[in-house]
Amino acid sequence: MNALTVDRIQFAFTVTFHYLFPQLTIGLALLIVVLKTLALRTGNSHYNEAARFWARIFGINFVVGVVTGIPMEFQFGTNWSAFSKAAGGVIGQPLAMEGVFSFFLESTFLGALLFGERVLGPRLHWFSAFLVFLGSWISGFFIVVTNAWMQHPVGYMQNTDGTFSLVSLTALLTNQWFVWQYLHNMTAAVVTGSTVMAALGAFYLLMRRFEDFGRTFVRLGVITGLVASALMIFPTGDGQGRNVANYQPVTLAAMEGLFEDKRGAPLVIIGQPNVEARRLDNPIVVPDVLSFLTYRRWKAEVRGLAGFPEDRWPANIPLLYYAYHIMVGLGSIFVAVYALAGWIMYRRRLYQTPLLLWALMLLAPFPYIATTAGWMTAELGRQPWLVYGLMRTAAGSSPQVSVGNGLFTLLGFMGMYSVLSVLFLLLIYLEVLRGPGGADPQAPQAMAAAAD
Amino acid sequence: MTTLWFGIIAGMFAIYAVLDGFDMGVGIVYLPAARTDAERRTLLNSIGPVWDGNEVWLLAGGGTLFFAFPAAYASGFSGFYLPLMMVLWLLILRGTAVEFRNCIANPVWTPFWDVVFAGASALLALFFGAALGNVLRGVPVDANGNFFLPLWTNFRLGPEPGILDWFTITIGAASVATLAMHGALWVTMKGDGSLQQRARNIASLSWLAVVVLSFILLLIVPLIRPHFAQRYADRSSGLIFPILAFASLVGIRIMTRTDRDAAAFLCSCAYILAMLAAAAFGHYPYLLSAVSDRQAGLTIFNASTSSSGLSIGLYWFIPGVMLAGTYFVFAYRHLLGRTGQAEY
Repeated sequence: MNALTVDRIQFAFTVTFHYLFPQLTIGLALLIVVLKTLALRTGNSHYNEAARFWARIFGINFVVGVVTGIPMEFQFGTNWSAFSKAAGGVIGQPLAMEGVFSFFLESTFLGALLFGERVLGPRLHWFSAFLVFLGSWISGFFIVVTNAWMQHPVGYMQNTDGTFSLVSLTALLTNQWFVWQYLHNMTAAVVTGSTVMAALGAFYLLMRRFEDFGRTFVRLGVITGLVASALMIFPTGDGQGRNVANYQPVTLAAMEGLFEDKRGAPLVIIGQPNVEARRLDNPIVVPDVLSFLTYRRWKAEVRGLAGFPEDRWPANIPLLYYAYHIMVGLGSIFVAVYALAGWIMYRRRLYQTPLLLWALMLLAPFPYIATTAGWMTAELGRQPWLVYGLMRTAAGSSPQVSVGNGLFTLLGFMGMYSVLSVLFLLLIYLEVLRGPGGADPQAPQAMAAAAD
Repeated sequence: MTTLWFGIIAGMFAIYAVLDGFDMGVGIVYLPAARTDAERRTLLNSIGPVWDGNEVWLLAGGGTLFFAFPAAYASGFSGFYLPLMMVLWLLILRGTAVEFRNCIANPVWTPFWDVVFAGASALLALFFGAALGNVLRGVPVDANGNFFLPLWTNFRLGPEPGILDWFTITIGAASVATLAMHGALWVTMKGDGSLQQRARNIASLSWLAVVVLSFILLLIVPLIRPHFAQRYADRSSGLIFPILAFASLVGIRIMTRTDRDAAAFLCSCAYILAMLAAAAFGHYPYLLSAVSDRQAGLTIFNASTSSSGLSIGLYWFIPGVMLAGTYFVFAYRHLLGRTGQAEY
């Protein structure tokens, strides 16, 4: 094990753990705005109570998201100093903008959302919810801008000392790669939020507790989940796929397990990539579909891995291949489950169909797996580059940070985050037990009272 | 342009020190000042809605340093690897303690988080002070601008310094004393009854410590770092900062004597700003100076990104910070009352 490996594992571990929390808050922020809007429109306090409940869940998630997010910004400097020195002039800008435009907004108005209901009145409180939503979506915006630049660098120039500096902020913010990646990522977060909401609603219905809220949660979750999971496949997933085909064709070949150039390339449903033998073992395929998806022509030629020099192949092809297929497979399952649930709901039989409620409840962890697999696809697909085509991952880590120090902090993060997970689950469990309802908008005291 | 960004970054970190400084200060005085559960809730509620927003100044300042002076960000963050990681863990502990403590009322849960909150806050104050000490003292940068510091060596200043030596520990102690005073003044302003009285006592005790430590620092820093003395000799207008700092200290004394709590707290803010401005002024144009050979340090000239990048940054930074200022006014006006507990 060398220092580079430790740096990579530490970043992967901390960012994967971190993103479990923002993806829920990004999705929930939208759903809370919907609930607050319903409350304002109908004057029904039921929706306000539902919003209050989800704001508390949001709050717990937000805290863990914040405290695990700070290490992300620091780690560029601590573990990836060569990369930071070279690319900081470009990617430092969106990261600083995230702090200035998003975090101030989000942190201020989350306080207003959680503590200010009485002081602010219904309209301003709705507006606070909206600004929290805006803040979390702006935050995602700048993070994806940063990642998009690493995937497909634009708007920069290379200085004589090899470092990069920003020439055009407009080019950076309108990166072709960014647009689809952002939309894909945000709709995925809405799927996570919807699924968690529907799952908790289904849980309440199956438990026969808080059933009126359970119905609201299931209804809203299924509607937004259906829309978002459909959007995730088309147009956002499709658009992102074509970005990969255009800008990282070797990555596409690795994701699809396509070793040779092929006219009328098939879509692989399942199969095991065998990199040594350079073939896909035991594949089940649908002919011509990959060509169509990529180029909109059934018999178009898709380039396989063999067409590229091996030192440009993604470093871990099987992992990339499996991550991508898990993401796509789960995405398809979400559409199927939500379409079925939506249809039964339209027939007004959903709340009396325990089997489907069970399915919705058990769906809860899978959006997390899908988004993690999705990000693994994006990041493994970028390898062996740190900045695609410009800087290799091996050249980016901190030269002075030794294996031992890296391992020490990696293990430290693992321990710290294990403790955080336990605390997080405990607090969520207490909130779920306490459930929505109860007129007291004062989060801390009320939460304490519930636990007594 | 680089000077402007140097000022902006120093300013952002100074605002961070003032704002998150009172959060940390509340943590430092938390156990001695607040004895009952109600008093502790008052203290936590007095920072609850704002601590996270205050911490954003650290992130935004770090991000700005990242893009304006990438070489300094890269060298500094990797060179101070171990203490920075510990700061991260302490920030995690502090944040979870503030937020989770009041989630469950139970005789094991609450005192546990009380101690975590107090301990993490005090250690953070110490680490941030020591970090400033390291930046002022200088680090052993190599030809590429890289270095790696152990946590300590022989606690002496020399060619092989550690993160902790007598100089950085002194600044760390000054930081703890300053933030204890700052936090105690915040509590005096926000609390009442015996809580307020205890906070007053802590404030006047720590005020004494701050006065002594400030004198010591103003004497030893120019001795240890000749470029400081040189800089103040060249531009004597900079002397306004140390003078302001001492004026603020006197102000704190007068205001606390006459029970003008808000004014005393504002004087404390002014003291922190003036001390940090004095440090930044003396340190300029260095970001990280070298221990041995001054020429090899990282300055705003050899560590900055291109001037095009710096100009682009101004376009969004100015409106962005104005927006942030608006939220800030909103938060402090609407979310924080005079005494924490009654408002919630």
